[in-house]
Amino acid sequence: MKIEAKNLNVSFGESHILKNINMKIPKNSVTALIGPSGCGKSTFIRSINRMNDLIPSFQHDGEILLDGVDVYDSKIDVVNLRKQVGMVFQKPNPFPKSIFENVAYGLRIHGEVDEEYIEKTVEESLKSAAIWDEVKDKLNNSAMGLSGGQQQRLCIARTIAVSPRVILMDEPCSALDPISTLKIEDLIHRLKDEYTIVMVTHNMQQATRVSEFTSFFLNGEIIESNRTDQLFVNPKEKKTEEYITGRFG
Amino acid sequence: MNFRRLWSPQTSQKIMNVIFTLSGLFTLLILAIILGYILIRGLPAINFEFIFTNPIDSGKSGGILPMIISSLYVTAIAALIATPLGVGAAIYMTEFAENQKLIKFIRFGAETLASIPSIIFGLFGLAFFVVFLNLGWSILSGGLVLALMAFPTIFQVSEVTLSSIPSTYKEGSYGLGATKLQTIFSVVLPAAIPGIITGVILAITRAISEAAAVMYAVGSALSIPISLFDPGRPLPLHLYVLATEGVSLENAYGTAAVLVIIVLILTVGTNYIVERYQMKIMGI
Amino acid sequence: MKTERLNEFFIEKGLFITAIFSILIILTIFAFIVMESIPAFQEYGFFHFLFGMDWAPGDYKFGVFAMVIGSIFVTFLALIMAVPLSLLCAIFMEEVAPYKVKIFLKPVIQTLSGIPSVVYGFFGLTVLVPIVRNSFGGTGFSVFTAALILAVMVLPTIISVSQDAIKAVPQEYKEASFGLGSTHWQTIRHIIFPAALPGIITAIILGIGRAIGETLAVIMVAGNVVQIPGSIFEPVRTLTTNIALEMGYATGLHYNALFGTAVILFIIIILLLAIANYIQNKYGMEIGGGTL
Repeated sequence: MKIEAKNLNVSFGESHILKNINMKIPKNSVTALIGPSGCGKSTFIRSINRMNDLIPSFQHDGEILLDGVDVYDSKIDVVNLRKQVGMVFQKPNPFPKSIFENVAYGLRIHGEVDEEYIEKTVEESLKSAAIWDEVKDKLNNSAMGLSGGQQQRLCIARTIAVSPRVILMDEPCSALDPISTLKIEDLIHRLKDEYTIVMVTHNMQQATRVSEFTSFFLNGEIIESNRTDQLFVNPKEKKTEEYITGRFG
Repeated sequence: MNFRRLWSPQTSQKIMNVIFTLSGLFTLLILAIILGYILIRGLPAINFEFIFTNPIDSGKSGGILPMIISSLYVTAIAALIATPLGVGAAIYMTEFAENQKLIKFIRFGAETLASIPSIIFGLFGLAFFVVFLNLGWSILSGGLVLALMAFPTIFQVSEVTLSSIPSTYKEGSYGLGATKLQTIFSVVLPAAIPGIITGVILAITRAISEAAAVMYAVGSALSIPISLFDPGRPLPLHLYVLATEGVSLENAYGTAAVLVIIVLILTVGTNYIVERYQMKIMGI
Repeated sequence: MKTERLNEFFIEKGLFITAIFSILIILTIFAFIVMESIPAFQEYGFFHFLFGMDWAPGDYKFGVFAMVIGSIFVTFLALIMAVPLSLLCAIFMEEVAPYKVKIFLKPVIQTLSGIPSVVYGFFGLTVLVPIVRNSFGGTGFSVFTAALILAVMVLPTIISVSQDAIKAVPQEYKEASFGLGSTHWQTIRHIIFPAALPGIITAIILGIGRAIGETLAVIMVAGNVVQIPGSIFEPVRTLTTNIALEMGYATGLHYNALFGTAVILFIIIILLLAIANYIQNKYGMEIGGGTL
């Protein structure tokens, strides 16, 4: 298993957001997390790269194992952790820098000074993110001039450039048009050969299109986890069935 | 990958955290030294006699009663004139003005007015109020100059407050068939009162601290001003004269301490209101 | 119903006049200052006035160039001291400090900004001047002493405006940077600082405006000798102090020349404001409390 959550509980101040989460995520797979708004799925993926640490009232117990090591272990350096566990956010969030510098940023902050290597990696990352052809002639233009879909693929390239082992995606397509969404989904399909991908999505069709495993979250608990084809065709839990057939949420 | 780095990012982080914390402490230290010095040297000079008697021998000894009264007098005039004007202007901006260019222009005007050095206000006060309007060196001239300086502060803070009044309040009032004026005066303004008061206190804090702007408008009398047309000598001006003309260092310390205490009380008062009503007030 | 409409009309017009009050006042101030200064410019010539090296009102010599240089010198030195500390402190309060420390420091900054300038001047006169005299020689009344006091006086302006600029940097940039494994300092240096730069520059310009416009605090510590100071430990006279020192007894052309000094000061302030406004518009920023 690449990632394993064991009895994970998370709360912010008084509110208990995640309750006894247990989950196993295999290597080089795409796992979709579905569920209604506020069910805790974003909180869960933000626990994997410890982005929740930025919120002062965050508390947790239980473990999240990455390759068998608890990410909340006191010996873990959170900066190294986030280098290994990349994240793509809901709203495309390129830096107000050039396209090239956006992708180079991660390499530079991790101490890379060999410009040739940086150039090569930026190109490879942009190619893997299927955006190279669209931007190769304007690498020095501001990333803010790209369309929403292009920005999101740029953010994926930026994440890939620091060679993470895991990529977390927090509703990566929710701010995008359908055509851009399909491009990102294609991309996710290809990326899973090299990376372990965990994505939060609101869109159940999207979950069936791109993921191999799906977990259904409700009110901070996992109701059901299974292979995607099983979960959607043959849900074991009544609540899952109600959700996927659109009766609530 | 190629690495060329003296220490790790984590080490830089620790070093920078120390530097940041030191900068915060240093700023605190500056304030503590200035306040501490003025209060330690000045408080012993302050007693009942100092506050409630007239100065003797141009301030060499005796108290500062006329200066306290002058300060209160000019500041009150400034607040009484600038508050209705500033609040009126803010109401216009939030409730009536529609042209974005006009709004920007008016804001730029207020910013500019607030940025004019106080000595220029001083010259203007002399040329316009004292000479042109023939008000003479008087409490009134001084108060009017300070009103001009107080206006932009009251205007800016009131505008921020009025624009933060939830539109649901207004909708509720309109929904009951109230007119625009009724809505403004019975719903919007009352809700904005704490913010407006904060703005007025901020303006008062500045007015009561000001010396350069009034030094050529208010005169330099040592007696208690009675009428608006009497000359006076507000506290900051008195401190300036005592210190630069070497009249009495002891009384200068006392006067400085009185000024600092007034400013501290006003600042604490502003913060109390802001916190109590949880307002968002720009800057200082 | 009709009277109600009429009332509304008149009240709106009345409020409109209060709204353009600032502009009316600025125009009146400018008109009066310029009007009173015209005789000096006519007699002495504007460029002769601005670039003249001699200021000797008794001999009808009215050259303010040494004061222009004095103002710039003192302001520049004050900013060199104040900017690094202000920016570190602003970043500390907005990014690094725990919430309680931030809440504690806010009134500290407010109080620094509320202390009257005569009190700063008095502190400078009684504390800094002797220290400078004993440490660096001379009289202690100097460019350096004036700059030191001004540096403290512009701290709150630069801190609070930069703080607003730092606060306005979108949370998404920070998350993206952390998400790639940046440390907080790397994020501050490479992402937050560049994004907040236009606001920080505005803060610095506002600080310059405050320093160049300050009068009494400078008078009390600068020594006020009309000269282009040869070192930072020599006395200096600025544009503002020139006005305040001599207005009490000036008559005739001397009186007009002091208004002329104010015109130069006015033009400098308007230029600074125009630059700040240009930056604000160009980068579409909203700055709270942004006044000189």
